[in-house]
Amino acid sequence: MLPESSRHRIRVTVNGQVYEREVEARLLLSDFLRYELGLTGTHVGCEHGVCGACTVQLDGQPVRSCLMFAVQADGREIRTVEGLAPDEERLHPIQEAFWEAHGLQCGFCTPGFLMTVEAFLRENPDPTDEEIREAISGNLCRCTGYVNIIKAVRLAAEKLRAGR
Amino acid sequence: MKPPRFRYFAPTSVDEAVELLSTHADAAKVLAGGQSLVPMLNLRLARPEVLVDINRIESLSYLRVEDGHLAVGALARHRMVEKAPEVAARVPVLQEAVRHVGHVQIRNRGTVTGSIVHADPSAEMPAVLALLDGSVRVVGPSGTRDIPWQELFLTYFTTTLGPDELAVETRFPLPPAGAGWSFMEVARRHGDFALVAVAALVTADETGRVKEARLSLAGVGGTPVRPERAEALLAGQALEDDVLAAVADAVREAIEPESDIHASAEYRRHVAGVLAGRALRAAMERARRGGEG
Repeated sequence: MLPESSRHRIRVTVNGQVYEREVEARLLLSDFLRYELGLTGTHVGCEHGVCGACTVQLDGQPVRSCLMFAVQADGREIRTVEGLAPDEERLHPIQEAFWEAHGLQCGFCTPGFLMTVEAFLRENPDPTDEEIREAISGNLCRCTGYVNIIKAVRLAAEKLRAGR
Repeated sequence: MKPPRFRYFAPTSVDEAVELLSTHADAAKVLAGGQSLVPMLNLRLARPEVLVDINRIESLSYLRVEDGHLAVGALARHRMVEKAPEVAARVPVLQEAVRHVGHVQIRNRGTVTGSIVHADPSAEMPAVLALLDGSVRVVGPSGTRDIPWQELFLTYFTTTLGPDELAVETRFPLPPAGAGWSFMEVARRHGDFALVAVAALVTADETGRVKEARLSLAGVGGTPVRPERAEALLAGQALEDDVLAAVADAVREAIEPESDIHASAEYRRHVAGVLAGRALRAAMERARRGGEG
């Protein structure tokens, strides 16, 4: 016989919008975002915490959304890639930088990189290349070879500093 | 990918958590940072019927320096330890080691105490616990007890914690003032678990000889290892090549590494000896400068 599975009512703020849902305890935060809220910008790669594609921000800090349950996000604030751009017309400076510096090819890993880099540049607005490498070491990209991603992060840092 | 079904509880106090654990005992697992447990659930390597999530027990999220110890509450994330000025000042070897734990996304969630009681022998935190002769404070139905590291780790992923006990705090004794330290690791990729990691702590006399040296290794068997004979060989010695060669041999004798997909036992044994020498030299260098960074 299968063990019971509990259900829980949760209230989560995602990109500034409050959502109330009933979820099964075993529902991963990544699947909650994608299937319950339709926010498919958060990508799901390895689903065991290695690839970083599912990185979102929990109360402003990057975490793996595949290593949390939705029920654990009750009362917390989540930011996903959909919450980066200021409106439908414009990109976030980090997104612009990834575009301009060719910091992506297929784009599957990009949302995870963006959410990692956004938090990183808030803490360290003028990083060295070494610090950039360390900061993105938890995000895998199988297309770019990382060189252009590092360029993009550097460019993003410049844009953000100039915009201040 | 979906974890197996489970019942979920999110207690807000230690008492409530312990009560849940004693009710469900072997059927339950504690969920703290979840950076090891959730992958095991996702891959269905673990199938607990009940999860007791301690993330709502806010009283467990602390770092304190008290009674000659750094006390790390069960909800202190790796990142909190990494950034805490008191850790940098008083237990710098822990700060250095914690930077080797996964990546920033992992360290934002994962907890030091959780990593220790998960007891992965290639993890960094258990090796630091052993280096500093630390202990884990646990609360169970019959009260609180401290388990010294020597009595905590049994073998791979196995500790002496009872199924109805909750680890509430890790206690790292502060290293002696002026002690030099080092933490070195060889891993396939940045942020991976160690193939071999070595932590060293050295105090020096005025002539630059070792007063006391400690070594602790990860990735070399079922538990962290303190190579006692190697440590004893170092007392009173200058770190000359012949001394370090003898120490490397003693380290290699003290460990029983296994072969796996990442590295052979022979390779791990070799690396353990090499890293021990390097870590001792780096620790001695810091000891000579009075334990500064």
